Amino acid sequence: MYVAVKGGERAIDNAHAWLAEERRGDQAVPELGVAQIRAQLALAVNRVMAEGSLYDPDLAALAIKQARGDLIEAIFLIRAYRTTLPRLGESRPVDTGAMACDRRISATFKDAPGGQVLGPTFDYTHRLLDFELAAEGAAPRARTAPATSEPMPRITDFLNRDGLIQPETVSDAAPPDLTREPLEFPANRALRLQALARGDEGFLLGMAYSTQRGYGRNHPFVGELRVGRVKVEMDIPELGLACEIGEIELTECETVNQFNGSKTEPPQFTRGYGLSFGHTERKAISMALVDRALRWEELGEEDTGAAAQDAEFVLYHADNIQASGFLEHIKLPHYVDFQSELELVRRIRAEAEAHADTEAAR
Amino acid sequence: MMELDTRQGWMGLLARAPADRLESLWINLGMDLPDFAWLRAPETGGVMVRGRMGGTGAPFNLGEMTVTRCAIRLEPGNVIGHAYVQGRDKSKARLAAVIDALMQTSSGPDLRARLLVPLAQEMAARAQGRAERAEATKVTFFTMVRGED
Repeated sequence: MYVAVKGGERAIDNAHAWLAEERRGDQAVPELGVAQIRAQLALAVNRVMAEGSLYDPDLAALAIKQARGDLIEAIFLIRAYRTTLPRLGESRPVDTGAMACDRRISATFKDAPGGQVLGPTFDYTHRLLDFELAAEGAAPRARTAPATSEPMPRITDFLNRDGLIQPETVSDAAPPDLTREPLEFPANRALRLQALARGDEGFLLGMAYSTQRGYGRNHPFVGELRVGRVKVEMDIPELGLACEIGEIELTECETVNQFNGSKTEPPQFTRGYGLSFGHTERKAISMALVDRALRWEELGEEDTGAAAQDAEFVLYHADNIQASGFLEHIKLPHYVDFQSELELVRRIRAEAEAHADTEAAR
Repeated sequence: MMELDTRQGWMGLLARAPADRLESLWINLGMDLPDFAWLRAPETGGVMVRGRMGGTGAPFNLGEMTVTRCAIRLEPGNVIGHAYVQGRDKSKARLAAVIDALMQTSSGPDLRARLLVPLAQEMAARAQGRAERAEATKVTFFTMVRGED
């Protein structure tokens, strides 16, 4: 039972004033601008957009500044802001096949048409601290090469052509939306993907890793990982036409997974899918592995009891705002609850002692 | 610049254009903002972005993006201009709606040549710059024959 408390207004105001001062930090150090966060902490901005479930880099950068770099707090701020926005509509599904790729790699086909493009990656770095970054230096310059307009077809299309991978069902059915209707089970794949796309990166990483270690193993290969920009189109009813309303950066991961076949399906590869706002590839790969693990039922696989196969477990615990809300509320005043527990324990102890005394007197 | 010949094309360009570049190209034209009436004052909202399962399958909701829309009517000629632009910049939305209306008037060809075409070229050059950087990171992996048989 929750019993309200009152009082403490002055202390709370003063705590928030001190928070603001601490946020600014040492005044001898120049203040961090939102544009600097957006440009130079771009991967933090991307994570806040992905899990805040709102693509707006300026707002995400502001939230990071306000939250003093606490990304879950920043995500909370974005989620709270998001709820104030009127819904103007839904986009047409984005065409990731037409992505302007900064990065596109395949771990399954080395000679992928369109090539293996590393893009700005941490891969193959030695993970040694670069002390030169501690000093301000000249702006680094990337090298360039004449761009070809070679198309980058989907890797899974090659497998699809030979019938070696389970095809996706083409449909334009309007998907369920968990920001409009509460998440309920059984959750179809569209709803699961929405929940995973806004889920906590750390939680999904742990779940995905658990499948790799054997808890619901599904033998994934990264068929394709692509990072780049896609145009977003929406039907505008008052104009009677579909129009681009912007361009967003996305990370897409398609996994190709082993599948031994079932009573109704021949042996073939199956798919896991990850899609995430911004350059967020650890998130997108994790999402694809967890998506694949959650598909056990529709693929006629065995329920091994693994956590990553349990849709309720995964989807009810993947949201870091719900989780931190419930977790952190236990630090707020619970004096009345605790008082009743305290009285209960005292009464039980008194009864037990009285019982022991009568036993001893016998 | 074929895309700029249709309303869809120029509205899309205006939606994606960086606000500061759009504004400075407009200022460079030396045109006064024409008199207009609001049909719909600028409003910022969210649009739910959808993806497809496996990139090609059934749609799902990925997350929202901020979009600002407005509609105006030019006083001379009663031409209606609409804007749906990415982000929360209301003055960019206003300018985009005015340009959309002007594009439907006799000023259209001049605006296209002096504002939309240079804007589209700048944006294409930026995209080209990224494509050239990406190209420089294209690799060829060789699989090595391993010692064991």
